[in-house]
Amino acid sequence: MSHTHSEVNTLSAKVEKLTSQTPQECYQCGKCSAGCPIRNYMEDSPNQIVRYVQLGFDEKALHSKTPWLCAGCLTCSTRCPQNFDLAKFMDAMRQIAINEKIKIPESDTVEFHKAFLNQIKKHGKAFEFGLVREYKLRTMNLMQDVDVAPEMFIKGKIALMPHEVKDKKSIKVIFDKID
Amino acid sequence: MKVGYYPGCSLTGTGKEYDLSLRKVASLLGMELEELNDWSCCGATSAHATNHLLSVALPARNLIIAKHQLLNEVAAPCAACYNRLVSASTEIKTDSAAEREIMELLGDTPANDINIINIVELFEKIGKENIASKVKVDLKGIKAACYYGCLLVRPPKLTNFDDAENPVSMEELIKAVGAEPVEWNYKVECCGGSHSIAHKEIVVDLSKKIIDDAKLHGADVIIVACPMCHSNLDMRQRAIKKEFPGRDDMPVLYLTEFIGLAMGLKPKELGLNLHMIETKSLLDKAEIKG
Repeated sequence: MSHTHSEVNTLSAKVEKLTSQTPQECYQCGKCSAGCPIRNYMEDSPNQIVRYVQLGFDEKALHSKTPWLCAGCLTCSTRCPQNFDLAKFMDAMRQIAINEKIKIPESDTVEFHKAFLNQIKKHGKAFEFGLVREYKLRTMNLMQDVDVAPEMFIKGKIALMPHEVKDKKSIKVIFDKID
Repeated sequence: MKVGYYPGCSLTGTGKEYDLSLRKVASLLGMELEELNDWSCCGATSAHATNHLLSVALPARNLIIAKHQLLNEVAAPCAACYNRLVSASTEIKTDSAAEREIMELLGDTPANDINIINIVELFEKIGKENIASKVKVDLKGIKAACYYGCLLVRPPKLTNFDDAENPVSMEELIKAVGAEPVEWNYKVECCGGSHSIAHKEIVVDLSKKIIDDAKLHGADVIIVACPMCHSNLDMRQRAIKKEFPGRDDMPVLYLTEFIGLAMGLKPKELGLNLHMIETKSLLDKAEIKG
């Protein structure tokens, strides 16, 4: 169908492999971007990222902030007249950018995900105090949320000690596979 | 009646009043919640945003635990957990390569007939008539904006739950306990979800729009079914108030808390004192004493 099938190293082919859908399915109607709650905070609209991939502007797509600003709300995937799962496409874009060690322009978001997953790797469950501490150290946003954090502690909504999963081996097996 | 219970991480921390109120209400309604033994995180946004296998394997571990406890139905009150569990379960059921990968990694796979239900479906299973028969407090005249957010209803081909653009099932429950749902425009709009930490400004913007629309349509309270939505609409309302001074508080209650109030449980028993935004205006209007 499209030229990307024969060229396995294109971004289009990589996305297709991860998502089982070809970016060429998108006919650029823009309905996804019209309903995207985050569109106002993006430079490139969501359908523009798909367009870059369709046309082979791989670097441009991989270096855009847009996939990292996507909140994963799934409004686009729900409304697409072509049944193109754009949220899944964005997941794949992020995974490829990480795998290819692209310098991601949305470093705070990336550091948040890394800090979150590190907590799961260590404890098997999210540990909010550890997450915020690690995120602050990674990004040096040290003063963030000092307005609400003390009260959250007092109310016991942020535990000081993690809840640990007992069977750590089963968690390790999963993270070993992806690391 | 018995159902498997997957609380998810938020319900042990920032959303602990959701767990507290659910357990109290379920017990009064005769619904036994059997917690999954040694459950772990579903991976949440961070897993599916960065690694697909992780986003399937972490939920699968929990679904396999459900299988070992012979639970063919699991309630996930957190909308985000619900969505991740349903997504992973569907992928393993329908994609033989994914099923093989999980089998190799975890030595087992989830049961094919496992049914994962969200909080609204759990109440529907208990039954509206059953719930209505337990109502002790008259909530007539209390106007509630039912907020579904993203992950209860989207994507519809996975969740198979209500209507993706204009769901009404939560409104039916609100009516069953005697309160009055309002018509409004933001019931399935996104609050910004996990951007709360790295992009607080986006969450403040989006949550303000949701709260303002609820207010515009006369709501006394916003009802939520997700700890992330609650955190953004309740905790982040502090930041909204700071940026836009002079605003009235908009109480944000979990569906379980609201139903609990109707059933005569005290605000403290349901964890309303753990909110970051006062619920007094609602309690006063409903003539409920703290």
